[in-house]
Amino acid sequence: MRSKVTDALLNGELPLPPRPDYLRHGSTISSWLITTDHKRIAILYAITITVFFFMGGAAITAVRLELFEPNGWLLTSDTYNKLFSFHGIVMVWFFLVPSIPNTLGNFLLPLMIGAPDVAFPRLNLFSWYLTIAAGMLTVYALVAGGVDTGWTFYTPYSTMFSNSHVFAAAAGVFVVGFASIATGVNFIATTHMLRAPGMTWFRLPLFVWAIYATSIIMVLATPVLAISLLLVIAERWLGLPIFDPAQGGDPILFQHLFWFYSHPAVYIMVLPAMGVVSEVIPCFARRRIFGYDFMVYAMVAIAGIGFFVWGHHMFVSGQSIYASLIFSFLSFIIAVPSAIKVFNWTASLYRGQISFDSPMLYALGFVGLFTTGGLSGLFLASIPVDVHVTDTYFVVAHFHYIMVGGSVSAFFAGLHFWWPKITGKMYPDGWARFAAILMYAGFNMTFLPQFFAGYLGMPRRYHTYPPEFQIYNVMSSAGAAVLAAAYLLPLGYFAWSLFYGTRAGNNPWRATGLEWTTTSPPPPKNFDRQPRVDRGPYDYHAAGQSAGTDPPEVQNAREVV
Amino acid sequence: MNSIFSLPEATTHAADVDNIFYLLLVLSGATAAVVFGAILVLAVRYHRGSAAKRGPLPEIVSREFEIGWTTATLFAFLFLFWWASSADLSRFSAPANALEIHVVAKQWMWKTQHANGAREINALHIPVDRPVRLSMSSQDVIHSFFIPAFRVKQDVLPGRDTDVWFQATKTGVFPLLCAEYCGTDHSMMRGRIVVMRQEDFANWLSQQPEGDDLAHEGAKLFVAQGCSGCHAASSNVHAPRLAGLYGRVVQLADGREVKADEAYIRDSILLPKRDVVAGFEPIMPSFSGLLDDGEIQSLTAYIRSLAHEKQSD
Repeated sequence: MRSKVTDALLNGELPLPPRPDYLRHGSTISSWLITTDHKRIAILYAITITVFFFMGGAAITAVRLELFEPNGWLLTSDTYNKLFSFHGIVMVWFFLVPSIPNTLGNFLLPLMIGAPDVAFPRLNLFSWYLTIAAGMLTVYALVAGGVDTGWTFYTPYSTMFSNSHVFAAAAGVFVVGFASIATGVNFIATTHMLRAPGMTWFRLPLFVWAIYATSIIMVLATPVLAISLLLVIAERWLGLPIFDPAQGGDPILFQHLFWFYSHPAVYIMVLPAMGVVSEVIPCFARRRIFGYDFMVYAMVAIAGIGFFVWGHHMFVSGQSIYASLIFSFLSFIIAVPSAIKVFNWTASLYRGQISFDSPMLYALGFVGLFTTGGLSGLFLASIPVDVHVTDTYFVVAHFHYIMVGGSVSAFFAGLHFWWPKITGKMYPDGWARFAAILMYAGFNMTFLPQFFAGYLGMPRRYHTYPPEFQIYNVMSSAGAAVLAAAYLLPLGYFAWSLFYGTRAGNNPWRATGLEWTTTSPPPPKNFDRQPRVDRGPYDYHAAGQSAGTDPPEVQNAREVV
Repeated sequence: MNSIFSLPEATTHAADVDNIFYLLLVLSGATAAVVFGAILVLAVRYHRGSAAKRGPLPEIVSREFEIGWTTATLFAFLFLFWWASSADLSRFSAPANALEIHVVAKQWMWKTQHANGAREINALHIPVDRPVRLSMSSQDVIHSFFIPAFRVKQDVLPGRDTDVWFQATKTGVFPLLCAEYCGTDHSMMRGRIVVMRQEDFANWLSQQPEGDDLAHEGAKLFVAQGCSGCHAASSNVHAPRLAGLYGRVVQLADGREVKADEAYIRDSILLPKRDVVAGFEPIMPSFSGLLDDGEIQSLTAYIRSLAHEKQSD
């Protein structure tokens, strides 16, 4: 039974017994470096990936500057090749893959299921140290002279021809893969074992489902990446003939292994984004998410079918036409659950009480960019069109729409949504809304022209290019400047909020979800009492009242014993 | 300089690709319009505090909608798959009368060779309105042969032949690009495709220094490299005869059967122990490292030229 006192306690209206929150619970450097608190580890990850994000961003800034001129004006071809390779390697493995799962996922997964921590707190910290070690190897590869294979490490170029630091870069990616696997195992165990009483599988917030599906992919796919990189190292370093055709090897074997990981890896990057958006949209529309169970099935379907579409990266590689047909077919099939999710997010707005705070703007930006990116994926699933546009800027635009437009917008949506919970402070929402709109505009200015350039035949990874493509490259580079500004702005106002922001309160957005029932920032063990759950998520219009008009204590009602 | 806004459709196949492209453009444009339109309309109509009707969802707006749009999307995608794939299958294999040209890619240039032995670098002259089949291989890393105006792209691999065919419909000069990243000067690995009227092409070809054609070069190599020591009809060594071999199905020692195509011949030269012909000892040495890709293509062409000779044991 819920008493008035419990209600008041839940909403932060009564003073709790004084106890430090997780941020003030120990302030020495070592209290951070040997912490096993999932929230602190999330902060460590956030700092790490922010550093990598701006390193990868700096590399691509030089590339975009260079592309103002068809014949280059700033860099040598080797430097250019090393810069885009570094950009790809860092952004994929040291920013996108760990971005949402290891920061927001780490922070929120235990909070959302009512647990005091993840299942294996020390493994969690260990995986951060692995990430740091791997990052250092990769940065060493850059400092020592760079690697020029592209992020795809295609053989036999990477094993027999490249004169750059392939070993260090591949070793870095190899090691960070283990961080991924450790995190995945940890999250799977956490979701299975540590759900609060009453938190059944179909009462889980969609973000938890997304993190769970992502973890399954991480655990199943990442070992294949490790194997393929190990084989590259074995051939390059020890001379074992694996991919060398002159000794009976097959360079295409590498592509199969690589894409067997790297296509599911796209879903590692985008499923968590879908999870974030599924939390944000219901909150700011004051509606239950439309079609909760279909959203769950769609994510599970994406995670599963995602393992069987890798060959669509290889339509021109010389693989059998029949294999190509099957991969094309499955690529169309996997687009169905993605489309369902877009329709459901849209339908969740119906009869809502929609407000446009910055998390909502970022989330709607995600839906727009993900839809554009997804539709361009249909072109790539069609074999004859793919043959023409593969390895061109059309593909570059497509995957940036999904992985940057989609995932990074959603990451920012989540960051703005949970910032008050993480830090206990509010940021200036006007600036944040401005940054959200600027990001959407800057992103489209950067990548929309690349669809045109790609269709007209501009290959990717070109240092110099035929002059007819210059107009598209200038547009793209100009857009990138806008995009860069939009990425830098949050650094400013988030930092400002830490010092001057108003106190957030437990639940500034009047959101449902267990994470909002504890204090902001949460205490070290998350909850003062064991939460109990008696209803599904997104309970935004309880008791049949019209949406958005319920007092918060009704909307957030939770049994607490 | 080419137009910055449009790409010529210079092969029979280009128009098919563009038709699929435009259909996809219309469909995805319509989908985007519906989704973005719906978001916009709902965002305006149901913004906080608006007068629009709220309350629980109408009964009909739930399962039925969900199942409806799932099924509709599925069928739309199945249709697209069928349409795109059938266009692709219809051009799977090259017509028998196709003009055959050999392409060797290396860091960072394209070498082409016509059937009469005429060679070009970073250029390829072809006749209009006639099917052309390219047989391609790489001497080092993976490259990709890309002619945007033809809507043609095919990776070029080391140690293996890949094929592509097309029939040009417009005369003119079109860019040839390398589309698979291949190292430092990847972006400089470009050339031009010159499509000529058939009689102009015949004239052009007759004016080229001929060199030997591939099969003749191959015949010389066949002797110079010592192949004939075992494979010639007069040899005392028990080795398979090569006359009439090409295109036949070969019974292997381990019970498998393979078709003796270009890939098989290449493998047999480089990796003779892999596919041993039934009834023969695995005594042939590997020629890996002794022959470059051009030489292997010549030898293959020579063995092909024996395809219609009678086997005279």
